[in-house]
Amino acid sequence: MSINGQAYIVGAYEHPLRKAPDKSLAQLHAEVALGALADAGLSKDDVDGYFCGGDVPGTGPFSMVDYLNLRVRHADSTNIGGASYILHVNHAAQAIAAGKCDVALVTLAGRPRSEGVPKGGLKRTDSPVQPDYAWETPFGMTILNVYAMCAMRHMHEFGTTAEQLAWVKVAASHHAQHNPNAMLRDLVTVDDVLNSTLVADPLHKLDCCIVSDGGGAVVVTRPEIARQLKRPLVKIRGAGEAVKHTAGGAIDLTYSAGRFSGAAAFAEANLTPADVKYASVYDSFTITVIVQLEDLGFCAKGEGGRFVADGNLIAGVGRLPVNTDGGGLCNNHPFNRGGITKIIEAVRQLRGEAHPAVQVANCDIALAHGTGGMLGTRHGGATLIIERE
Amino acid sequence: MSVLREALDHQPETKAFWSELAEGRFKLCYCRACERAHWYPRAICPHCASPETEWRAASGQGTIYSYSIARTAAEPFAIAYVTLAEGPTMMTNIVGSDFAEIAIGKPVEIAFGHEAEDGITLPVFRLA
Repeated sequence: MSINGQAYIVGAYEHPLRKAPDKSLAQLHAEVALGALADAGLSKDDVDGYFCGGDVPGTGPFSMVDYLNLRVRHADSTNIGGASYILHVNHAAQAIAAGKCDVALVTLAGRPRSEGVPKGGLKRTDSPVQPDYAWETPFGMTILNVYAMCAMRHMHEFGTTAEQLAWVKVAASHHAQHNPNAMLRDLVTVDDVLNSTLVADPLHKLDCCIVSDGGGAVVVTRPEIARQLKRPLVKIRGAGEAVKHTAGGAIDLTYSAGRFSGAAAFAEANLTPADVKYASVYDSFTITVIVQLEDLGFCAKGEGGRFVADGNLIAGVGRLPVNTDGGGLCNNHPFNRGGITKIIEAVRQLRGEAHPAVQVANCDIALAHGTGGMLGTRHGGATLIIERE
Repeated sequence: MSVLREALDHQPETKAFWSELAEGRFKLCYCRACERAHWYPRAICPHCASPETEWRAASGQGTIYSYSIARTAAEPFAIAYVTLAEGPTMMTNIVGSDFAEIAIGKPVEIAFGHEAEDGITLPVFRLA
């Protein structure tokens, strides 16, 4: 069974706050849920499917379904870190195609800034019950230094430079200057990135994403319902997901799960990277974008550094506009999980509702891709390809 | 009890690795069915799924596959992936070396006697 054409994204909403000390986590989830439903022209009583990741309070979907007082006949709390929400749209489309639900709600929210979660060298939050724990955590592994090792290897194998990494951040800042809600709106140059603190060789502080409070939600439904609503039609063309891991010690840090999830999504959509007018690509770090662009097929393996250089990701300047909301590097990265914002900006681009300064002309095909977990150990990849009908 | 001790207590299948290492013997987990070594060690071979795994003495030799210097830590340190002479690549630290000397491709050897919390000996490496 293919999901190509079986479901539509009809609602998308990004919380305007980047710091929310006066709101509860459940409240943030509810606010983004109601925002996305209002955007679609639906109410909470239309929802019969709920999808969430590891950021919800409580066990799986229970507490949020209760808080919102939903009546669902399908729920899915698959957790692949920050890429979960892209996977959820895939799962929602599958459930809709199988007749298991009609209106699916996907939410993400968090308030790490208000709860004092440290930025930068975040420790892994995994459990000592995990079989891999004792073989990684005692060596001081953090999100930051394990991604840094991926960057180091990429530079070694392919000649990727710190300047090329910096161009990813520069592009994000060019986009964020037009986003009034973005956490960081100042333009940044390559030199600014290279002159920022070296935090984990070869990554500088400005190679790293922000951590923000807030969240976002999307609503997915069947074609008949989508056509009754008054929003532009955003059709799901294809999706893919994969898990990459350490393979018994056969470590290769130069590629991600996106190699497999991207290929599956393009095959289902019957499209190629050349068809994509806009791409949301998970930007936990600058290196993440380079590796994923290669894996998705926008350039050859090893060419990512050269591909992103000289403004090639900047709307109106380069060949492939990426993360026109400012991405996780500048705009929003709620709860260290950027997946939902990746979908939301892709929907904005297809609807023609991106900021005029970054709106891609004739944007008919968009891609959203995420990597959740650790690029350098084990992670999930999720790819979604959507089309303006 | 430290979180590492707790983690070890959850993993009876790798208990021998840690006790051997504390005695100055670096062991790798091999599969008797497919004759391949793997990392991290486990009771069931990740290559061929055989439960016939066993500990064998390892050379303690390897080369740096990748590394980073964690410069924001209270005491900066080198984290690395080292590809062992026997094949698998493992996460570790490079100790006792100037950070500037560390590079991908450089040979390393196991450095015994490096203890973490609770006196647990860790498999770390130094430049050879």
